[in-house]
Amino acid sequence: MSLKKISKNQPDTFEFNKQNIELANKMISNYPEGKQQSAVMSLLYIAQRQNNNWIPLASMKYIAKFLSMPYIKVYEVATFYSMYNLSPVGEFFYQVCTTTPCMLRGAYKLVDVCKKKISEDENEVSKDGKVSWMEVECLGACINAPMVQINDNYYEDLDANKLEKIIDQTIRGETPKSGSYRGRINSEPENNRKTLMDIKNA
Amino acid sequence: MLEDKNRIFQNLYNDLGSDLTSAQKRGDWKDTKEIISKGREWIINEIKSSELRGRGGAGFPTGLKWSFAPKEVGSRPHYLVINADESEPGTCKDRDILRFEPHKLIEGCLISAYAVNANVCYIYIRGEYFNEGQKLQKAIDEAYSKNLIGKNASGSNWDFDIFIHYGAGAYICGEETALLESLEGKKGQPRLKPPFPALIGLYGCPTIINNVETIAVVPTILKRGSKWFSSIGKPKNRGTKIFCISGNVNNPCNVEEEMGISLKDLIEKHAGGVIGGWENLKAVIPGGSSMPMLPKDICENLKMDFDSLVEQKSGLGTAGIVVINKDQDIIKCMARIARFYKHESCGQCTPCREGSGWMWRMLERMAKGEASREEVDMLMDVTQQIEGHTICAFGEGSAWPVQGLLRHFKKEIVKRNNFNPLVNKNNKIPYLVDQHLLEKDNAEIKS
Repeated sequence: MSLKKISKNQPDTFEFNKQNIELANKMISNYPEGKQQSAVMSLLYIAQRQNNNWIPLASMKYIAKFLSMPYIKVYEVATFYSMYNLSPVGEFFYQVCTTTPCMLRGAYKLVDVCKKKISEDENEVSKDGKVSWMEVECLGACINAPMVQINDNYYEDLDANKLEKIIDQTIRGETPKSGSYRGRINSEPENNRKTLMDIKNA
Repeated sequence: MLEDKNRIFQNLYNDLGSDLTSAQKRGDWKDTKEIISKGREWIINEIKSSELRGRGGAGFPTGLKWSFAPKEVGSRPHYLVINADESEPGTCKDRDILRFEPHKLIEGCLISAYAVNANVCYIYIRGEYFNEGQKLQKAIDEAYSKNLIGKNASGSNWDFDIFIHYGAGAYICGEETALLESLEGKKGQPRLKPPFPALIGLYGCPTIINNVETIAVVPTILKRGSKWFSSIGKPKNRGTKIFCISGNVNNPCNVEEEMGISLKDLIEKHAGGVIGGWENLKAVIPGGSSMPMLPKDICENLKMDFDSLVEQKSGLGTAGIVVINKDQDIIKCMARIARFYKHESCGQCTPCREGSGWMWRMLERMAKGEASREEVDMLMDVTQQIEGHTICAFGEGSAWPVQGLLRHFKKEIVKRNNFNPLVNKNNKIPYLVDQHLLEKDNAEIKS
């Protein structure tokens, strides 16, 4: 199980803004009547987006009331799943995949770059609040290894130099271009494609 | 090599675009109404005779699974749930289907939902695939606007709705009952089976759960006929499959090939060969990290299908092939996989929760050469304490790869870890008993 640290600095209150209340109600309508509890995962995401990418305890209490379910059940869900951040993260949140397929292609070199350029320890936000990083388990882009997820986007086919440049960009506040950093197209075998060539050349 | 015309996923590399118009050019949403009008019996029988086996890992016959759903809808509605929680290390096939062939999946959802009497379908996508989910949502909106799904979907008199549900980074939610728990808004801890989800599933209602790839191939099978599909591959292992080849190869890639293709062909032809040449191959994990690895000599003549791999005491799993060459430390690779399982264990069953951490710590020490000689056997025993003693298959999934390592690379581990055991062992007594208590001096009560 993953370690979850709950932030010591918690805001006293939390409420969805108007737009998010609509969104939350739309999410609840995806599920049968009386099964509004199913929407708890979506609502936690909405809270996370509204609150600079982390979930304060006040928002869990708010969501529990919103869905008329016990607070402890919301707390359980928020602490069980690894994508809910329970303490503040950087504006650009780096998640470095280091599971075996990425490790085989040098993911730990990317970890070294993060240690050098962002912070020595995982989950430690840089002083300006711009960047933070953590090691995560398989992100499901093994053929584009090694790769890093920054907020919602995947950055694939990286190496240490390329990641350094990406980090520099984010420190300046720019959002780097996502996708492959070796110029390959999606998941095709680079320079070695033997299938569906008629379609490619058409 | 499979001919291009027999490939189901023509847009695997996104040469053609994934929007509705280009999907329709490839034949998606063609004759959907006619297929549905042939009735449930026909659809299920056609899938049965195509010998399609589930593509999510276990390889359960899809037609058979569908036939477990009650024939008539009783007091409780039926549900179709699509498992797009692709988290198995080495696997990234569903991602490309969600990104580039979403209409194949949506059409498959409609047809299979009709076959199992479901009006509502939930697609459970792992939270990290946020962009892929947005692409799928766009495709769903397109389908709604053309009335391909929704009320009277595609003119079939069948009402059908699709909703996307995002996961939040838990590997265990790929297990079908944990997925249902998660859909219900709880933490994803697997349920006991039986009752099976086909009878008591989501919200206690009959639920059919299938992998993305399984459902996405259904429309093509029904359009081209079960005979076409079952003419590809080997007996009982029919059709095509997307293989993901990652790790130490020159051109890691996704490729659709026929079942039963030789592993060497896949690696040499499609993935550009092992880095450093075939001779530099150390081992291959054939089906995602849960499947035991196989050494080079077995890989020479290995066929990639469910039954051939079971013969080698491994499995096809999700067909995520991880190639490991001799430049890597095999024990370290396995230790990292064990760390993955330690991190992802849901904590419900003690053998798995404690055992996965135990295996990881032992393997880390073994990679450094800090373990004693007898701990190698102890590791084997730990794996056997886990497998078969847990609610879900995660226990096997974490124990089998370690067993694979011990089966094929034990010599290497023993060579590196050659310390004398801390306590000399009396052979007749199992090690689990604290040996020093059995020594005569210590056992006797001294007055």
